[in-house]
Amino acid sequence: MLWESVLTALGGLGAGVTQLTLPHIFMILIGCALLYLGIGRGIEPLLFVPIGFGAILVNIPLAALMEEGGFLRTLYNMGIITELFPILIFIGIGAMTDFGPLLENPRILLLGAAGQFGIFLTLLLALGLGYTPLESLAIGIIGACDGPTAIYVTSTYAPHLLGSVSVAAYSYMSLVPIIQPPIMRALTTEREKKIMMHTVKKSVSRNTKILFPVLVTLFTALVAPLGVPLMGALMLGNLMKESGVVERLANTSANEIANIVTLLLGLTIGATMEANQFLTVRTLGIFALGFIAITLDTAMGVLFGKLMCFATGGRVNPLIGAAGISAFPMSARVVQTVGFEYNKKGHLLMHAMGANTGGQIGSVMAAAIMLSIVGGMGLI
Amino acid sequence: MNDQWIFGLTMTIVGMGGTLLSLWLLSVLIGLLKKVFPYHKEHAHPKR
Repeated sequence: MLWESVLTALGGLGAGVTQLTLPHIFMILIGCALLYLGIGRGIEPLLFVPIGFGAILVNIPLAALMEEGGFLRTLYNMGIITELFPILIFIGIGAMTDFGPLLENPRILLLGAAGQFGIFLTLLLALGLGYTPLESLAIGIIGACDGPTAIYVTSTYAPHLLGSVSVAAYSYMSLVPIIQPPIMRALTTEREKKIMMHTVKKSVSRNTKILFPVLVTLFTALVAPLGVPLMGALMLGNLMKESGVVERLANTSANEIANIVTLLLGLTIGATMEANQFLTVRTLGIFALGFIAITLDTAMGVLFGKLMCFATGGRVNPLIGAAGISAFPMSARVVQTVGFEYNKKGHLLMHAMGANTGGQIGSVMAAAIMLSIVGGMGLI
Repeated sequence: MNDQWIFGLTMTIVGMGGTLLSLWLLSVLIGLLKKVFPYHKEHAHPKR
């Protein structure tokens, strides 16, 4: 009698082992690989460590962490379904970002628009590969090079793709220094790469800096109201920073809130990487299309930079077009590095920073416009 | 042309055009804002 009871108890203890399948093991290995990238290689550690661990947790059989009542499901419902996490992250990003270089030369904002064209071209490719319209939107948004925007849009349009889209977005963002330079070199001539741009002067008044976030929010509300949560959050953070009167709130948004939400966001993204949903050919397709999206964004940014170079009589170095994406400030640094290779006297950093912050606004605006178009078409 | 492609092309044309047009308008508005509130050196470093 006792022996039978002990055997039954032991059977319960080992139940996890008997339920473990090859897909679970594979996903746990993927989680470990993400941990290695974050810890061992220092690639986006703030995201890849919680995502990797979340992926391990969710693929442990019988733990039921993503079942109703499980703590990962509770976090998911609380922060992803409600879209609260990406919005809170945006407040922090706004509080960290200095839009000064963009305000000094507002025309550069156009590069932030061109840097989003890859989103829409990739959407067409995704449709061609058989993804549904809403899935295609979520895949295209990887090209925004903007994690929170990608998460926000995907959780709205295609929540079942959240894990793959988020991991692809953050992976490619970290690969910007490898992906962008060959495209920049290939699309510009020797003469264009050497163009010197005049030095950016710090000539923006405090009033302008304070009114800028209010203006952008109101403008977004008029053009693409469905994007106001994203843009409003970004601009609220920036208003707190620039006003200088709520330093504690700005600091808390940029540090404590951003850190806590990053942890919870990472865990919940990892929690969407369940074997039965993640291990599909479609996931591979998403990674391939994400790469194409960022490549196209860079190419379109540089080509638009060439157009601006032509229109201004050679005063704009087309290389800064590559910074029209949202990967801030990595992309601006890449532009500076590539530009410096060809002209040791040319310093493109501040101009590239302007284009890069323009890319941040551009990516949110592109997402806002997508949301509004889809809303207008009655698809959501 | 099926609905899928009509959706894709509409999204591409309106999305790309809308993003470019919106950001151009925004850049014009920022320019105006700078004209209304120009930078003055004394504002940045008020005399005490």
